[in-house]
Amino acid sequence: MEDKNRSLLNIIDLKKSFGDNLVLDGISFSLDTGENKVIIGPSGTGKSTVLNCVNRLVVPDGGEIWLEDTEIISCNNINEIRQEIGYVFQGFGLFHHLTALRNVMLGLIRVKKVPKKEAKEQAIAKLEQVGLLDVLDSYPAQLSGGQKQRVAIARALAMEPKLMLFDEPTSALDPELIGEVLNVMKNLAREGMTMLVVTHEMGFARAVSDEIIFMEKGKIVEKSSPEKMFKQPENPRTREFLFKLDELYGKGGEE
Amino acid sequence: MSARLELIRRSLPALLGGTVITIQMTVLILLFGVFFGLIFAFGQVYGNKPIRWFVNIYEKLFRSIPELVLLLLVFYGPPSIGIRISPFNAAVLGLSLRATAYMSQIFRGTFKSVGSDQITAAYSLGMGKYKTFLFVILPQAIRVFIPPFANEYAIILKDTSLAYALGVAELLRQGQYIIAVAYDPLTIFLVIAVIYFILTFGVTRLLKLLENKLKIPGIGVEIG
Ligand SMILES: Nc1ncnc2c1ncn2[C@@H]1O[C@H](COP(=O)(O)OP(=O)(O)OP(=O)(O)O)[C@@H](O)[C@H]1O
Ligand SMILES: [Mg+2]
Repeated sequence: MEDKNRSLLNIIDLKKSFGDNLVLDGISFSLDTGENKVIIGPSGTGKSTVLNCVNRLVVPDGGEIWLEDTEIISCNNINEIRQEIGYVFQGFGLFHHLTALRNVMLGLIRVKKVPKKEAKEQAIAKLEQVGLLDVLDSYPAQLSGGQKQRVAIARALAMEPKLMLFDEPTSALDPELIGEVLNVMKNLAREGMTMLVVTHEMGFARAVSDEIIFMEKGKIVEKSSPEKMFKQPENPRTREFLFKLDELYGKGGEE
Repeated sequence: MSARLELIRRSLPALLGGTVITIQMTVLILLFGVFFGLIFAFGQVYGNKPIRWFVNIYEKLFRSIPELVLLLLVFYGPPSIGIRISPFNAAVLGLSLRATAYMSQIFRGTFKSVGSDQITAAYSLGMGKYKTFLFVILPQAIRVFIPPFANEYAIILKDTSLAYALGVAELLRQGQYIIAVAYDPLTIFLVIAVIYFILTFGVTRLLKLLENKLKIPGIGVEIG
């Protein structure tokens, strides 16, 4: 089992049904350290379910998910594994009763048991990284959507994860606020963070992703580099979907 | 007029004695209600099916029996199987059964007031159920809890006057004793009413202040 090029994340034949609704029908792919992959696909296809299986917020019915040497589905220290996997999603999930700074500190203090003073320093550093030094003491309800999502990113980063999952992080935002969040994500990708991103922002995918995975009805239809995906997708379904995305969100490529 | 004032002055010690009993009962019932209500709500939200079923039935049952009937049942029930229960204890127990049902419902609502996104976020940080409850749900639930708690406090305080029927020497009963000797029901009942008012208004006022103090900035600004 010695494998020098073992991926950071390796998903093998992942299966999941909700009742008799087969949502994931054998999904396999992997991410190496520093890689950035984008998942696209129609609504209800199981994209969110893939991410939720990776941090076991949803328990799969079959398959394997390896984070380095740990199999996530069967491991018995899920709360430790979750610390290694940052999760940022559409709804932000900021803790309403805590300031931006406290939101970022909470996991450090309560989960990582970092002493308060250090936790504060680390949290400030992460908030600086996402450009939010000016709102440290603001509460979530006082922040714009873009700021909220950046706090959520800082909060996830504070745990020093090996992998970051993003589930449509900009879908709930007003168009003029999307850019600030995407920029933070692009910087993160360029700094070498391993990222798995569900998004329809094709500009982002073009700029930083190593591979685009097109999913439909619980299966991976096609995966390839962004260049290939946009210039000459193999599968007609992919072509059709990308065409629709263009119509909905405009041509990918503009920043 | 001065005869009235004199009567009030003379009856005040006895009335205040009754007030102490009233407050004791209220505090005990609140403690029971909060303690068991919290456990029941916890069971309802996190428990398995039989537990949820039990809590559900319990709530329905004790919210549909009139308080006075409940007190009489608790007072006369146990002696029939050989258990003696004092009027004070019977009143506290009877009203606690009811308070637990209401508190449980209030707690459940406050837990659910914390959105699932926050809970998802907490889990994804590696906080288990327990830490999530303690550091994410509870601090927010307490804030939402204060207004219905103040309401429930006022109800319980007033309901303790029903213990009168079991012969507990609480505020109303003390008043009755005085009226029996110093025949001036209006004055005495007015004094009693004022004492109840002060206890209700004073405490709900304090809770309101606490609520404002704990208010999360930015929330509720738009709504008022
Ligand atoms: N907890 C759940 N219980 C039951 N069904 C669920 C649950 N979560 C998701 N589903 C179903 O699984 C399917 C896939 O959902 P999922 O959220 O993964 O799709 P998605 O690709 O992320 O879609 P979208 O683009 O709309 O976010 C849908 O049919 C959805 O209704
Ligand atoms: Mg989704």
